[in-house]
Amino acid sequence: MSEALLKIDDLHVSFATYAGKVQAVRGVDLSLEKGEIVAVVGESGCGKSVTAQTIIRLNPSPPCSIDGGSILFQGTDLTSLPIKEIRKLRGSKIGMIFQDPMTSLDPTKQVGTQIIEAIRRHEKVSKKEAFARSVEMLELVGISNPVERMKQYPHEFSGGMRQRAMIAMALVCHPELLIADEPTTALDVTIQAQIVDLLLSLREKLGTSILIITHDMGVVADIADRVTIMYAGMVVESGTVEEIFYNPRHPYTWGLLKSIPKPGVNGKERLIPIDGTPPDLLDPPVGCPFADRCDYAMAVCREQMPETTQLSDTHQTRCWLRHQLAPKIKNPITGRED
Amino acid sequence: MVKYTLKRLLMAVVTLWVIITMTFVLMHAIPGNPFADEKRIQPEIMANLNAKYGLDKPLIEQYGIYMSNLVRGDFGVSLKYQNRTVNSLIAQGFPVSMTLGAAACLIGIGIGILFGIIAGINRGRLPDYAVIILSILGVSVPSFVFASIFQYIFGAKLQWAPVAGWGAPVFLILPTLALGLRMIAYIARMMRTSMLDVLSQDYIKTARAKGLTEGQVIRRHTIRNAITPIITVAGVMVAGTLVGSFVIENIFNIPGMGKYLVNAVKDSDYTVILGMTAFYAMILVAVTFVVDILYVIVDPRVKLD
Amino acid sequence: MKELTQELFLPVGKNPDNANRITRPTTTYFKDAWRRLKQNKIAISSLILLALILLMAIFAPLFSQYDYSSQDMFAVNQWPSAEHWFGTDSLGRDLFVRCWSGAQVSLFIAFVSTMVNVLIGIVYGGISGYFGGRVDMVMMRLVEIIYSVPDLLWVILLMVVMGPGLHTIIIAISITGWGSMARIVRGQVLQLKQSEYVMAARTLGAGGGRIIRKHLIPNTMGPIIIELTFSIPSAIFTEATLSYLSLGVPVPLASWGTLANEGARVLQLMPYQILFPALLLSLTMLGFNLLGDGLRDALDPKLRR
Repeated sequence: MSEALLKIDDLHVSFATYAGKVQAVRGVDLSLEKGEIVAVVGESGCGKSVTAQTIIRLNPSPPCSIDGGSILFQGTDLTSLPIKEIRKLRGSKIGMIFQDPMTSLDPTKQVGTQIIEAIRRHEKVSKKEAFARSVEMLELVGISNPVERMKQYPHEFSGGMRQRAMIAMALVCHPELLIADEPTTALDVTIQAQIVDLLLSLREKLGTSILIITHDMGVVADIADRVTIMYAGMVVESGTVEEIFYNPRHPYTWGLLKSIPKPGVNGKERLIPIDGTPPDLLDPPVGCPFADRCDYAMAVCREQMPETTQLSDTHQTRCWLRHQLAPKIKNPITGRED
Repeated sequence: MVKYTLKRLLMAVVTLWVIITMTFVLMHAIPGNPFADEKRIQPEIMANLNAKYGLDKPLIEQYGIYMSNLVRGDFGVSLKYQNRTVNSLIAQGFPVSMTLGAAACLIGIGIGILFGIIAGINRGRLPDYAVIILSILGVSVPSFVFASIFQYIFGAKLQWAPVAGWGAPVFLILPTLALGLRMIAYIARMMRTSMLDVLSQDYIKTARAKGLTEGQVIRRHTIRNAITPIITVAGVMVAGTLVGSFVIENIFNIPGMGKYLVNAVKDSDYTVILGMTAFYAMILVAVTFVVDILYVIVDPRVKLD
Repeated sequence: MKELTQELFLPVGKNPDNANRITRPTTTYFKDAWRRLKQNKIAISSLILLALILLMAIFAPLFSQYDYSSQDMFAVNQWPSAEHWFGTDSLGRDLFVRCWSGAQVSLFIAFVSTMVNVLIGIVYGGISGYFGGRVDMVMMRLVEIIYSVPDLLWVILLMVVMGPGLHTIIIAISITGWGSMARIVRGQVLQLKQSEYVMAARTLGAGGGRIIRKHLIPNTMGPIIIELTFSIPSAIFTEATLSYLSLGVPVPLASWGTLANEGARVLQLMPYQILFPALLLSLTMLGFNLLGDGLRDALDPKLRR
């Protein structure tokens, strides 16, 4: 295996609040190869967005602090890089788009100006050339009449168009990595599918690696090569899309998969929610954080944190059920005993 | 845009009409009908008034005459002094008030916005606290107190500037300071809040994710968005200040609109009060109208319907 | 680390109680606000300062050997001394007593007129927001129109009509200052009418009374209290300005504004005469403004982290 484009190792991030320190990210490992699309999945507040924003250090500090671990991007550790150097990476080597395209563009500046600004921050090119490249980029993300669109203000764009413009802005300097923080969450379902298709085609054309943060397993299935499932600030399972969807080994992943609607397969199949809420990370439990909501919980789960078990080259999980002493149970997704 | 402008213009005219009518009614609601009080008004003036304004006619007719005079630019005459018209008072007082007001607005808005920006960028640090303290003091301490302090320290003790009076640019110094300080305080406070609000917006995160430096983020994406809500307030302030400050003009003995109006109140010169209020209202409404139009230019989101 | 035994791997199933455990203490809105206010040292100091000023205003004149209006021709214009803590004025009246009875007058006018403001504002804003549509548009346009002229000018006009006096000042400030309160209440009511949680409460069968008690009052109280804290100093300010211009309370009554005006006349020779009333006035305004800021931070649930 060649050196990964992005390699996050044992990352710890916390936020200072009035009530104490909230440990938002507690030892996350994650890696991304060139040209790969990796999805990070989890409920609200599981630390997935914090992880993503920490890569380019967008969380204001204070209250946010990186308490440990490393983020290697092309071999450089971003956690210790001066903020000035990080700013040079932002937009040029690492692009980022956000959840709500309605509020993510400056309302008082023309869309074109905002894209041109991204180019001219990183490259010494004339305004004319920057304009031409922006038009080209808008065309690439599927915006018709790009020359006219350049002169319009964000409020003249629809939600889907704005997200396209955001993507154009993030990719206009051809970054190696695009971080997409819930890029489809605020959009209509049909628009969601278009944005997913767009991201896939851009990977083809530009070879951009994409780290996509989402809570939508449907989006994951459509777009990702590999998946990382996060819960309460930790990675509970990770693997290729096939491994996660066809051979999931963590009860939380089972829960996530059972809560996806599958229309038309079987009328009797019901959506099964995961009861309860994640633990408060102000005071995380000593054992497995999912134990209180887990149907298969054992006494040990409440007392000790499980180790990560390597199931294949690409597949790993953090669950006591993988221990040799654990009872064999029937996997509710595959139907096999394991 | 044309439709929007016309609509605003109509609104301005309605506003003006309501204010002037209310003032007219108020002035005629004074017990004992002072407009026809023959003991207090000299007979020559009374005769003049009757001839020109029909003060002996029914109220509704007087109103008609008054409004049609106003439309023709005649703000009325004094009840107290023969040969004194409101127009002449305005002609003398308005340029004076406007000079002082413009000077105060210039430093008030300029420095206020600057301080607000500095405080907003340095949230929770020394410059922020300094601006907070300055602005809370400026808002809390009445301008006549500042005026007295300045008169005592810079005027009487240090003798850097004349204590009171009008006529040369040096006379502007102390009243401008006294008037401007309060504006600086208000504007700085609002601008700070507005800056903090904008800095927490998603598009600022986008700007940072593009790799812009903090300076670029502030200059290109924060300040303009933060100034928008200030425009309305500043507009009203400018209007209020241009037509003079009752207190400051009295303290510094400046022959401006504010001083004439307060004198008219003390003299119970009702026609002058009415006429000057009408003029006030015109200026205020005109400035509001200009601010509304400015808003559209600054913020492309404002709907033009 | 404990040795892993077979028993540890017995299934125990999930723990729904714990899964829904909430680690942070649950509090009611006002308890939470009070907790945050208590943490704010500046706001609490302001509260104590205001309480002290209020107590002094009530009791200082009662226990002093001097009276606010009795003159002493043998002790005119005395500098502060053990006998007269704040000195005496040109008529030999004790300024300590005059300052505190001035506090009574200023605070009384401010409190009463603010209460009336709040009442009018709540009723007006409530009706406007509740009915919405055309009624709302007309009512709010009217507020807008009235507010295009500064408060102080309306108050002065009303004083001209009603004549000077304690009651007339209260009435004048009361009927001019309710606009911002009306806007706030209207905004809250409108927002609440459309909010999904009120819809949810209604769907769950909550009656009108319950919705008012559980949703309307807690949601509106915060902004009302904040606005109240800011409108008291603005009433104090208006009254002080009027009295400073000699358009306020009649002699021998004195408010802080009157005292400051009297002091300003002898500013250059006897600055202590303006110092004390101006200081008390500024401290009170400062106290209310700082308390208001603290309350705003404490009562805004969005700021909770």
